Amino acid sequence: MGAYLTRRVLLMALTLFGMSVLIFVMLRLVPGNIADILVDSAGIADPKEKAKIARELGLDRPIFDQYLQWIGGLVRGDLGFAYVSERPALEEIAPRIPISAKLAGLALFFSVILGVPLGVISAVRQNSVVDYLLRIISLSGLSLPSFWLGLLILMASVQWFGMIPIYTNEPRSFIDEMLLLSIPAAAVGFRSSALIMRLTRSSMLEVLRQDYIRTARSKGASQTTVNYVHALRNALLPVVTIIGIEAAFLVGGLIVTETVFNIPGVARFLVEAILWRDYPIVQNLVMLIAFCVVVVNFLVDMAYMALDPRIKYAD
Amino acid sequence: MSSLLEVSDLGTWFYTRQGIVKAVDGVDFEVAAGETLAIVGESGCGKSMTALSLMRLIPDPPGRIVSGSIRLAGRDLLKISEEEMRDVRGNEISMIFQEPMTSLNPVMTIGKQISESLILHRDMDRKQAMKRAIEMLDLVRIPEPAQRAKEYPHQLSGGMRQRAMIAMALACNPKVLIADEPTTALDVTIQAQILELIVELQREFSAAVILITHDLGVVAETAHRVIVMYAGRKVEEASVGELFARPLHPYTTGLMNSIPRLDLMRGQTDRSAERLQEIPGIVPPLFDLPTGCAFAPRCSKADDKCRAERPAYEEKQPGHWAACWHTNG
Repeated sequence: MGAYLTRRVLLMALTLFGMSVLIFVMLRLVPGNIADILVDSAGIADPKEKAKIARELGLDRPIFDQYLQWIGGLVRGDLGFAYVSERPALEEIAPRIPISAKLAGLALFFSVILGVPLGVISAVRQNSVVDYLLRIISLSGLSLPSFWLGLLILMASVQWFGMIPIYTNEPRSFIDEMLLLSIPAAAVGFRSSALIMRLTRSSMLEVLRQDYIRTARSKGASQTTVNYVHALRNALLPVVTIIGIEAAFLVGGLIVTETVFNIPGVARFLVEAILWRDYPIVQNLVMLIAFCVVVVNFLVDMAYMALDPRIKYAD
Repeated sequence: MSSLLEVSDLGTWFYTRQGIVKAVDGVDFEVAAGETLAIVGESGCGKSMTALSLMRLIPDPPGRIVSGSIRLAGRDLLKISEEEMRDVRGNEISMIFQEPMTSLNPVMTIGKQISESLILHRDMDRKQAMKRAIEMLDLVRIPEPAQRAKEYPHQLSGGMRQRAMIAMALACNPKVLIADEPTTALDVTIQAQILELIVELQREFSAAVILITHDLGVVAETAHRVIVMYAGRKVEEASVGELFARPLHPYTTGLMNSIPRLDLMRGQTDRSAERLQEIPGIVPPLFDLPTGCAFAPRCSKADDKCRAERPAYEEKQPGHWAACWHTNG
């Protein structure tokens, strides 16, 4: 197990290294840099001016040097300076992380807390009215893009409550913030919950046919015990995989949701930074997201082991 | 012997697209405490469905118990509520299944799985139940029971798992133990051990055992009485000695002739004369049974009467029942 973990951590480091190269190169392949944008938007087309800005930001140096400078700084905890705000990138990014983390966490929480039990209910009452209803709702969840759902929710709340649940000013308390975030979180989480529900359902149907379910019933266990104690744990394995993948996809969902609901989180910031070719912000944010995805994947593998005693990672 | 379990006119039908499948069709039998009754037949003849009917574990839909009564110590199990039935399962009647590989929950420790019925039926707390589970594992002769109780099914061999299964079934000291092909999935050497264990524990717990099998060798070793089933119905019933000495139904004879016998195989020069006899054909689809005797299409003795009229199930000799036109009783 120890050796496995070591190998696993090394592999994660390698993945992140690969990611860093990829991000760095791709970002520079996008046409135009901040100097172009600044100069063009100011209406000045003086090449000298452009070169001056580029030189100040170190954009004229060889790409390899630029990469080393970034990674060297990253290792030391120095993320460089944002081009647009001219403040340290860390100061720009750090305060936005908790907001996005709460939003993503809440969305994931919603999707699991809804998806798993509803999937079980749907499987246990296969082909009943409840099952059909849940399957229709989940199908719509899979088909509706979250940004459109977000817009619908916004319009509905204006229509019915005369207010817009968006981040206008700093929420007063944690509860306030959670309430405010719950609507966008539901918009993002709906898709995941639909996916989790459908997967839980099919996985449960598979498990409920197994011999050991009959054994459990032959011992006199109640239907609830059979469903939740004997079947669910066996059915959860594929669901955990999907939860892991969805956690990564949520980040993509956040970009639109944060924009639609005007939430000052990481994802919206990333979009702005890309528009400005604000390299330090984009590089570091994408690295942060990549890091989260890698960690989630690792957690999923650990969860397999906790759920299924047959899975042991050999050294 | 007064009977502990009386089953009469049991009918379990499956409503399928092809039609009604009468998996169990008017079966009756009795079992006394301490007695072993074997139910024998090929795959698909209704023996497992009879067993599941006794537990009321028929998958519904498509299956349903449509007629009859199952009296356990006088109480009709078909008349009680599902909740009351849950209290019977694993407590008064319990069951051992065929596949020890798949019949145990892979993500639950052996100890926990045995404890479950004790917690349900004996009001034990987890600790007491686990203690009792370890005792049960010891009783079925699993070495290092305390250690094994903490292990998962995949860590045990097939024979061990079946022992654990037996421990689980006997944990609450049931009155009736149904063993559905308990040795089919096991190695031959392990089979004998498991059968011995069942017989021994039966004596100790003085339970009635219903042994479901297609293996007449197993029957000869363990059972007191035998019921032969074909296409959802009983075709013959007798004590073990009587049945082996004087099988009346051609199907029973067919089953016996299809067992490989060492004395016939050994030292034979002319093997063709003593070839293993199989029963020609297969069990007919149960939704499309012939009008007469269900076995007629496969029977060498069958004549027009067999194909036209179903033979009555009669006592041909004292204590020996059969349903066949060609037995002279």
